[in-house]
Amino acid sequence: MNGDQAMRAHSSSLPGPEFPNPAWVTPVPLAKATVAIVTSAAIHTADDERFGGGDTSYRFVGRERRDLVMGHWSPNFDHVGFAVDINVVFPIDRLEELAADGVIGGVALRHVSFAGNQPDDVATVRLDSGPAAAAALKADGVDIAIFTPV
Amino acid sequence: MSVLAHVFEAAGIATLVLSSVRSMAEKVAPPRALHCEFPLGRPLGKPGDAEFQHDVLSRLFELLDATSGPVLVDHPDVIEAVDEPLACTLPPRFDPSLPPAVDEARGLRKAYDRTLARRGVTAVGRVMTAEEVPGMLAKLQQVADGADWKTAGLPKNLNGLGHDIRSYYAEAALELATGPAADGRAVEAWFHQETEAGKTLLAARAAMKTQEAPFPLWFYMAPGHR
Repeated sequence: MNGDQAMRAHSSSLPGPEFPNPAWVTPVPLAKATVAIVTSAAIHTADDERFGGGDTSYRFVGRERRDLVMGHWSPNFDHVGFAVDINVVFPIDRLEELAADGVIGGVALRHVSFAGNQPDDVATVRLDSGPAAAAALKADGVDIAIFTPV
Repeated sequence: MSVLAHVFEAAGIATLVLSSVRSMAEKVAPPRALHCEFPLGRPLGKPGDAEFQHDVLSRLFELLDATSGPVLVDHPDVIEAVDEPLACTLPPRFDPSLPPAVDEARGLRKAYDRTLARRGVTAVGRVMTAEEVPGMLAKLQQVADGADWKTAGLPKNLNGLGHDIRSYYAEAALELATGPAADGRAVEAWFHQETEAGKTLLAARAAMKTQEAPFPLWFYMAPGHR
């Protein structure tokens, strides 16, 4: 069993929180939508505060920033792909190309990064920091969010 | 990610999840998810391949056509995380008076610096600077040789210790390896199987386990399956 297989098997054994009445948004047409990225890779800009262990907070990443560090410390997934090309985790250049081609309406002015290694109950991101980040993006005019894990 | 998708959808934002663990996407059931059986850490699949990344995004955006959810669709491609070691030159032994890992880390410094100059950022820095990597490897060698891990001068954050040393080596390897971008686990395999630093880290970790150090401290210094 290689590392990815071991991690996927482990992750499959974890409990998943339930959402009994899930929300459903009817999206605006993609060509008119402002799109943001939300990642769990603990990405931050070089001058921003690093993520700590069990960090439930988030960082904003400005649309123009490319000086990005993957702050997720876990040894159990590949970090090198991101070092070669940030778009393999944070597809900001791909979104800019889609906006230039008119496929999407626009790219959000700022994007959001969380740390994926959350406490098991995920209570804070579910009830506190997650809603705060979502409200901020909504206030920015974001219509669609892409979620990228590591 | 799937949890946050529910939260953002409730705030009025349509959400699209790139899933990396299918069973978790099934359990948490975010509104719209595209499962991608790609190497962990590479949700868009292929670094440096804009065409493939656009294909992933295109398939993801197609999920917006659904009128109800949850929607869970599989990307048709599977990319295995091949863990054959990266072919990467290591510096020759320079100072035999030093532990091999210390000598090796010193020899990689220029390659690390070239990567840093090119990228402008580094993942090294959670608990040590690049300058401190050889000295930290010397301490790990002492632990591997039987020194008490508690008094060896290691930082409290041993996860960060492993992270910084791995990152130093990986970033140096970006300058030294030739050919296409490394497969998903190739650099990890190179570090732990080919380099003196990777072997020293594993040996120190095993010694800490033998010394009955707390499980979370030693376990997360290296990938779990190692």
